[in-house]
Amino acid sequence: MTKPLLEVRNLVKHFPVRGGGFSFMRQQLKAVDDVSFTLLPGQTLGLVGESGCGKSTLGRALLRLQEPNSGQVFFEGRDILQMNRAELKAQRRDMQMIFQDPFASLSPRRTVAQTIREPLDVHGIGTSLERRKRVEELIELVGLRAAVLNRYPHEFSGGQRQRIGIARALALNPKFIVADEPVSALDVSVQSQVLNLIKDLQLQLGVSFVFISHDLAVIQHISDVVAVMYLGRIVEQAAVSSLYASPKHPYTQALLSAVPAPYPAAGAKRIILAGDVPSPISPPSGCAFHPRCPAAQAKCQTTEPQQTTLQSGGHQRHFTCHYPLGN
Amino acid sequence: MTRPVLEVRDLAVEFDTENGRVRAVNNVSFSVNAGEVVGLVGESGCGKTVTGLSLLGLVPSPPGEVVNGKILLDGHDLLKLNEAGMRKIRGSEVSMIFQEPMTALNPVLTLGYQMTEVLRLHKSLSKRQARNAAIEMLGIVGIPVPSKRIDEYPHEMSGGMRQRVMIAMALSCGPKLLIADEPTTALDVTTQAQVLDEIVRLQHQFEMAVILITHDLGVVAQTCQRALVMYCGELVEAAPIEPLFASPRHPYTQGLIRSIPRIREHKIDRLPVIEGMVPDIAALPDGCHFADRCNRVQADCHERSPVLTPSAEAGAVACWHPLEPQHD
Repeated sequence: MTKPLLEVRNLVKHFPVRGGGFSFMRQQLKAVDDVSFTLLPGQTLGLVGESGCGKSTLGRALLRLQEPNSGQVFFEGRDILQMNRAELKAQRRDMQMIFQDPFASLSPRRTVAQTIREPLDVHGIGTSLERRKRVEELIELVGLRAAVLNRYPHEFSGGQRQRIGIARALALNPKFIVADEPVSALDVSVQSQVLNLIKDLQLQLGVSFVFISHDLAVIQHISDVVAVMYLGRIVEQAAVSSLYASPKHPYTQALLSAVPAPYPAAGAKRIILAGDVPSPISPPSGCAFHPRCPAAQAKCQTTEPQQTTLQSGGHQRHFTCHYPLGN
Repeated sequence: MTRPVLEVRDLAVEFDTENGRVRAVNNVSFSVNAGEVVGLVGESGCGKTVTGLSLLGLVPSPPGEVVNGKILLDGHDLLKLNEAGMRKIRGSEVSMIFQEPMTALNPVLTLGYQMTEVLRLHKSLSKRQARNAAIEMLGIVGIPVPSKRIDEYPHEMSGGMRQRVMIAMALSCGPKLLIADEPTTALDVTTQAQVLDEIVRLQHQFEMAVILITHDLGVVAQTCQRALVMYCGELVEAAPIEPLFASPRHPYTQGLIRSIPRIREHKIDRLPVIEGMVPDIAALPDGCHFADRCNRVQADCHERSPVLTPSAEAGAVACWHPLEPQHD
């Protein structure tokens, strides 16, 4: 039995918001609400959901870029939420992030070399010569030539910038990377190049990823395990093959069927969910998905469903639904 | 034979940039029939939005300029109209909806104010008539309790709702042609499915033609009858949806279709890619602009530019060495 690299238990992140209108009552926006999962070394967990479901907040909370309210995040057995600043800084060598917007996440005033080198400088790794060598190694690892190192971000296309962001994240040889929508801002022909690169690096370097995306096709391609979020909670979590082949939660099923398939299919049935995602400030009673759920029944309005765990083929799958779908 | 609502001939649009004059749209010709949904697909910077804007005379000038071509709406050339004449067409004969519904709506005016403006201008309705018409339209696009929501401001609505309001506004004068520029790109998949469904339903109801500008081939496959594929400002392929997806003729179209990550029954290790990247339109290579990335490239591709040539199955392709059409 391999020991998990990352173990998240009951993680909660609430944001205080002021009530609407003349109400000065403080309300809580439950961005991440009681989330638990484990990630094995070398594995990729795909985190999927609609905008506002809390997937980015969860990703940031894992690295303590946003301080969670409660819960535990064990990284190789040590709870990073209990660490002090110095311990956390040392720990961050192993935990990196790749951001969505390759235009906003690189400093326009720094050359590519300076950008990639920064983590090495911060953590005081190697001599100046060694750092330069490492930077050259990294830029080639992500498929760019060392000749570009003295250029500035504006001279690059979106796909190339994202490669630079990836090189920076890899500089310290991390064990774990949170990638927040790393290909969403890219055109399709470039998107697949970057996805292939991430997958290669994953195999080559054995890095574990939490890969955040709203795109179910991308998630399927890149992930080993998938967690579906809705209003701050993970509603279904399973190995990628079983989740896509036989979703248990009606929300997962609706998400899957809403993706427009890139080929004309006459008469293909799509499940069109009614309405919008409710406000996370005052989520619906019972199961938060019930107002939009095509299979909702009376119980769903009143009683919050508990997580069910099934064993299937050596994998665990979890879902939170009173009336899960059959196979 | 249905008559085309819109016929675009040899459209060329140029922009003045720091690096000199560039041609964003080059000799684009196509037509759209009544009641047809046509997809205009391509990657960012390929000229699809500029093409859409030029149909409404909305290309910012300067720096942009339509340098050549004809845009025939029911046989009348829109490029010959002055600004006043164009304003009569916009919103009544031809409407447009944009990607970002938050920036396209005025945040300090109520929906009612913004919606009735168009109706009063083009249809000379009274205030009360326009308000009633606007409420009816909001109902048609599926906004619950329209008589109440009409007095709300854009920020009180979700993204999907706002896009519905944009659609209601665009359709309120019964246009012959709707240009939808990435109407669902800013929306989540579940909302995207709702809005696309709505567009298709309304297109039937109002019997209008739609040009759907998008980078998403999935959206095209699910919504359009025909697609036009653009690359570097030029049309490289035009075909009805079925043959286009089953047997694309242009290597770029094939590459695009293949490289979309799709939900598959069996996972694959590597996604097929189109090598390289889109060239800078200020420094386009000679000959076929796709040649440097093409897997079927031959010597002559670098010498002469291919022109869009009609091929089998009502399609057309701009390629010297197109893929063979396949039949099942």
